[in-house]
This record gives sequence, structure tokens and C-alpha cells, in this order.
Amino acid sequence: MTETTLKTIFGRLGWESFPIHEPILFGTFVVVALLGLAIVGAVTWFRLWGYLWKEWFTSVDHKKIGIMYVILGIIMLLRGFADALMMRAQQAIAFGANEGYLPAHHYDQIFTAHGTIMIFFVAIPLVVGLINFVMPLQIGARDVAFPFLNNLSFWLTAAGAVLTMTSLFIGEFARTGWLSYAPLAGLAYSPDTGVDYYLWSLQIAGVGTTLSAINMVATIIKMRAPGMTMMKLPVFCWTALCSNVLAIAIFPALTVAFFLLMLDRYVGTNFFTNELGGAPMMYWNMVWIWGHPEVYVLVLPAFGIYSEITSTFAGKRLFGYTSMVYATVVITILSYLVWLHHFFTMGAGPAVNSFFGIATMVISIPTGAKVFNWLFTMYRGDIRFELPMMWVVAFMLTFVVGGMTGVLLAIPPADFVLHNSLFLVAHFHNTIIGGVVFGLFAAMVYWFPKAFGFKLDPFWGKVAFWGWVVGYWVAWTPIYVVGLMGTTRRVHHFDDPSIQPYFVVAAIGALIILVGILGFVMSIVMGFVKREELRDTTGDPWDGRTLEWSTSSPPPAYNFAFLPVVHDLDAWYDMKARGYQRPAGEFRPIHMPRNTGTGVILAGLSLALGFGMVWYMWWLAALSFIGLLAVAVGHTFNFKRDTFIPAAEVAATENARQPLAVGA
Amino acid sequence: MSTRPVHLAPEDHGTAREHGSRRRYRIGVALAILLTVIPFWLVMSGALPNAAVTAAIIFALALVQIVVHVVSFLHLDTQSEGGWTLLAFLFTAVIVVLTIGGSVWVMYHLNTNMMPMPDSAPSTMR
Repeated sequence: MTETTLKTIFGRLGWESFPIHEPILFGTFVVVALLGLAIVGAVTWFRLWGYLWKEWFTSVDHKKIGIMYVILGIIMLLRGFADALMMRAQQAIAFGANEGYLPAHHYDQIFTAHGTIMIFFVAIPLVVGLINFVMPLQIGARDVAFPFLNNLSFWLTAAGAVLTMTSLFIGEFARTGWLSYAPLAGLAYSPDTGVDYYLWSLQIAGVGTTLSAINMVATIIKMRAPGMTMMKLPVFCWTALCSNVLAIAIFPALTVAFFLLMLDRYVGTNFFTNELGGAPMMYWNMVWIWGHPEVYVLVLPAFGIYSEITSTFAGKRLFGYTSMVYATVVITILSYLVWLHHFFTMGAGPAVNSFFGIATMVISIPTGAKVFNWLFTMYRGDIRFELPMMWVVAFMLTFVVGGMTGVLLAIPPADFVLHNSLFLVAHFHNTIIGGVVFGLFAAMVYWFPKAFGFKLDPFWGKVAFWGWVVGYWVAWTPIYVVGLMGTTRRVHHFDDPSIQPYFVVAAIGALIILVGILGFVMSIVMGFVKREELRDTTGDPWDGRTLEWSTSSPPPAYNFAFLPVVHDLDAWYDMKARGYQRPAGEFRPIHMPRNTGTGVILAGLSLALGFGMVWYMWWLAALSFIGLLAVAVGHTFNFKRDTFIPAAEVAATENARQPLAVGA
Repeated sequence: MSTRPVHLAPEDHGTAREHGSRRRYRIGVALAILLTVIPFWLVMSGALPNAAVTAAIIFALALVQIVVHVVSFLHLDTQSEGGWTLLAFLFTAVIVVLTIGGSVWVMYHLNTNMMPMPDSAPSTMR
């Protein structure tokens, strides 16, 4: 075959695109391929493909989609954390004559992939997954507003994750940092496939996140149980609402910024280049208009989780519910007014810098109000220090420090010194690990029995807890210190041997966090092994206060045989106090959405489109784009979208459930 | 699609008033045409000597035009969907103003603070 034919078929993909000459990558590839083959083999051996396809992949059930999001998040957490370990190992040894074990070219890909994966494919899927699972149960609904859209959103996110992972073995990932700043990310400085992988993965996943956010907002506004006014909405749902409203508002900014960068890279425009009037600073501006509120998209639901858990385990109504709601709304608005603090050093004048600096400091006021609300909820409460509550206390102790270093960084002159230093890196890991990750673990421990019908193993859960909390402090305190001394971020080799001990301690801290991650995996495994002992027969294992605990664990497909009627903020607590009796008869058929495979197909076509565009295989991109349109339009003619669960089946399911524990 | 809430408020299902009377559409069309004609006339006739003033007027009329469209054709009012439509519109307006206004402000500052870049750049760099 001639060169032109090959180029037409494979674009810029060639034998040299496969990193067989790099031992680390090749080793990883062999391990991943063997693991993948083992999983595929096991699923085939146990004849699970049909079950997985029918019951999970095509499911429009918000609970199953939520669980799939969480599984995606945990798998990607392992990848992102492997990157973190590699960076810590490199920085612990690369001093003076020792160049470390990673070439700079590879190290740059690792820190980019670490940041990108941890935010887009760990934090977002975990947060979206938990909202997906919990929120409809808490508002007493049977599914979300647009069940098919929910399935599609998940698969688009998964397609983005798969495209990112592909870059590990075919070609390479971006070397430009987790937000791929222009002009470095432009074609002139990054001509290879890395930035294209980055852009297409995030665009595909971004469509999923935006659609999911629209879905959640519509669900909360339109599908609350009778009697649940906005001021009787559980705090977690309030934070989910604000978080998703923010997501709808900000994701278009990111999509447009990425789209313009794509135009620069593919058709030679000059939006963000150094030439012909391009404005690279505009890219920073647009990316951070997304980026800062995104932090709150993630942390607001975590705040909601802490509120639910504190109130449940203190055995008290949440202190200051109204102020909690207003604080959430105020944070939502304020988070939109602070983006410039990410580039104080870019050269804006004192008026701009002081405005954004003060706005940033002001955010700490509603956040501080929330911390006091949690403390006052605990005050004189009958606190049970079970695992979820332990995470909440660890969060408060850790996150407050991160908040204070944030206020420190909000002062422009201080930021001029600390910008791009490891102090900043320690700050945002402090807030994201201490704020978001601890909350996600608290939530997974708290709602796991609801999802699967048995609790996680408490011993290994405590190993996970202490591993994460101790590991966090051991890993990041030395980074704060060297950062304050002026060490910059994204550095692959150091000359000054006096700071090496700090990096060695940080690497030890990362290993302790590894114990925490393995402990969490073990708590799932051992929980499954000991599931009969840990079984939740009541549906209400923690003596909960909100509606998700009023149904069985795991809930039936339709969630509630009869939609609950809400009279109080803590609806289930109120029902228990009034001696609620589960209806035993007169069941009626329940109208439910029907499963569909369209989401999987559309996401698969998006993946092919992204891959084709990354490698300049124009025929593949064109075909999959036409396919996308055809399948999307075709699906609108699918009128078999709903189904009725017959009354007899509802009765059978309900009677099979254990009698609910009803408190007096 | 699936589990519709059973307690839809009466105003959720469109009544004749909800979907706009003919009068509302007529007023909307008249205003929309008027608000389009004025800017065209201003530009074509050059009635105002100052181009900046002309631009400012066109900008102001465009904003009024948005309100006319949203009220007469998209039926934005305080009642529909229990006020959520209006709230969503106002939130969007705030976000758009912040995004565009903020970006213009920031980029303007950057531009004025830029280091002078003479054409013979290399020789001036010391």
C-alpha cells in the first residue's frame, strides 16, 4: 500500500504511536491487558454479559446509574492515585545528580493526567453518582425527570474516561497541566496527540455532565413528593440543586473555551495563539470562569452530605436549616465572582485584583456559617461515632485549615509570592481531599447499606479512614512547608538537596493514603464476605431522618409503592414519630420508564468520533458523526419508552420485604 | 417522561391566557419591528453625528428587544411554573452579565497594563 492510502486510513497513527520502547508504559499495558482479559473471561465464563446488558448497561433506573457512576469514579481513582504515587516517588529521589526514574516528557503527562482524571473522572462521577442515587429517594420520587438522558449522560462520561485511558497506550496524553493553558496547548508548542486526547475526552464527558445537571435540576424542581415544599427539601437536595444549577451555568464556558482551542488546533484560527491578535489570556479567563465555580459544584454536595450525616448521628434536627440553605445559595452566586484569583499575577490592575480578592474572602463567611451550624448540631447531641460521623469530624478539622490557607492566598500581594508554588498545590489538595473526598467516603459508607442491603466492613472502613486522614497530613504538611519556602509546582528535578527530606516524608504520606485506598476496597470485599452478619433488614440502619430510609434496602425498582406525603423537614423522622405503618394492600400498577441501549450506542459513537479526530482519521470521524445523528434522530421515533409494573408484582415485592422498623 | 408528579399546579397546564393572547403577540410583533427599524434608520440616515452615541442607542434598544421577545413570545411572567421560569431567567441574566462584563473588565485591564511592544522588539530588550 502506498503512503497516501495508509495516511487516509490511519491518519497519523503508526507503529511509533505505540509506546513499546518505554518499559514503564509497556509494563502497565501488559498488566492492564491481562486484568482486562481476566475480567472479560470471567464475565463470559459466568455468562454475565446478558445480565449486565439488560440489568445495568441499558438501565434507566437512577439507582443503578448512580452505582455505575460511583464504580467508574472508584476505578479512575485507582488510576489517578497511581499517577500520584509515581509523582511522589519521582520527587522524592530526583535531587542533584539523580535524575529520577521518569523522563520529563513522561512526568509532564503524569501530572496532567493526574489532575484531569481526579477532577473530571473521579470527583465528578462520584458526586454525580451519589446525587443520582440519593436525591430521587430523598425527594420521594420514582426516577429522575429524564431517565434515558440519565443513562446517556453516564455513558458519555464513561466514553470520555475510556478515551483518556486510551492515550496511555496509543499515543500520549497532554503535557500541558490539568487545564491545558494556551498558548502552550496550541499547535505550535504541542503538535502531538496529547492535547487532542485531552480536548476530546473532556468535551464528550462535558456533554454528559451538562445533560446530567439539567436532569437533576428538573427532577428537584418538578418531582418532589406531595407536601415537600422547597423549605422542606433535605439539605443534600438543596446542595445538589445549587451544584447542578452552577454546573449548567459554567460548563458552556468550558465547552466554548475548548471549542475555540480546537479550532486553533484543527483549522488554524488564532483565538489563543501568540500571533495575529490571539489572546491566550482569554483562554485562562474562560477556563477559570468554569474552573472556580466547578470547585463549588463538587464541594456543595459534600457539604450536603456532612449536613445529613451530622444530623443523623447527632440524633438532632440540623441546626439552622434555613441559614444552611441561604449559605448554599449565597455560595452559589459568590462562587461566580472570584475566578480571577487564579491569575492575579497575570497583570490586571489593583482595582480588578482587589475586587476579586475581597470577593474570595467573602466566600469564607457563608462557609464558616456552615461549619458553625454543624458544630451546633453536634452540641448537646447524642453523637454516635460511627464511621460516617468520623469522616465528618475529620473533614471539619482538615477543611478549616484548607479554607484558611485559601483566604491567605486570596490576598493579591501574598498570591504574587505564592502563585504557582507548592503551597497553592497543598492548599487545593487540602480543600479537595479534606472537603470533597472525605465527604464522598462518608457518603459511600453512609448510603452503601441503602444501595446493597448490607453495611461495609467496619474494621477495614476504619483502616481506610485512618489511612486517608493520617496519610493526608503526612503527605501534604511538608508540601505546604516547601511551598511556603518557594518551591514551584510541576517540577521534575530539584537541585537543592536540603528540601529532599520533605519530599521523602510526602512520599511516605502517599503510601499511607495507599493503605487507606486499599482499606476501602477491602471494606467492600469483606463487607460482601460478611454480608449476612452486616445485613440491613430494616431499611433504616442508621436511624435516619430522610425519606430514603423509609423504603427497603436495596429499594425496589419503583422506590416507593405509594408516594410518601411530607409534613416535616425530617420527613422519615416525623413519620416514625407518628407511628407510620407500611401500606399492606391495594397496590396499583406503577408506571415506569423502559430500558434502552441507545445511550450505550451514542456514547460508543462519540468515542469513535473522538478517536478519529485525535488521530486525523477523517473517515472514522465523519462516519461516527453521521451515525450519531442517525441514532439520535432514530431514537426520537422509539415510542416504546414506558412500561407498567403490574399491581400483583408490586404486591409480591412489597410482601417479600422485611417489615420496616418503626420507632415510637 | 415516566413518573409524572400527581400534584401539578393548575397554572402548569397551559390555559389560553398562559399561551398568550393574540393581542400579546400583536403588541410583541409591533414592538419588535419598531425596535429593529429604529437602529436601521439611525445607521442608514446617519441622523446622529456621533457614532458612539448611535452605538449606545442601538445597544440599549437591543436590550429592550430581548425583554420584548421574552415577554411576548416566550411568555415570561411571574406566574408560570410557580415563578421558576422568571427565577431561571433572572439567574441566567445575572450570570451572562457577570461573565461578559467581568471578562471585558479583566481583559481591558490586561491590555492597558501590557508592556509596550515596539515593532523592533529584540533591540529594546536588554
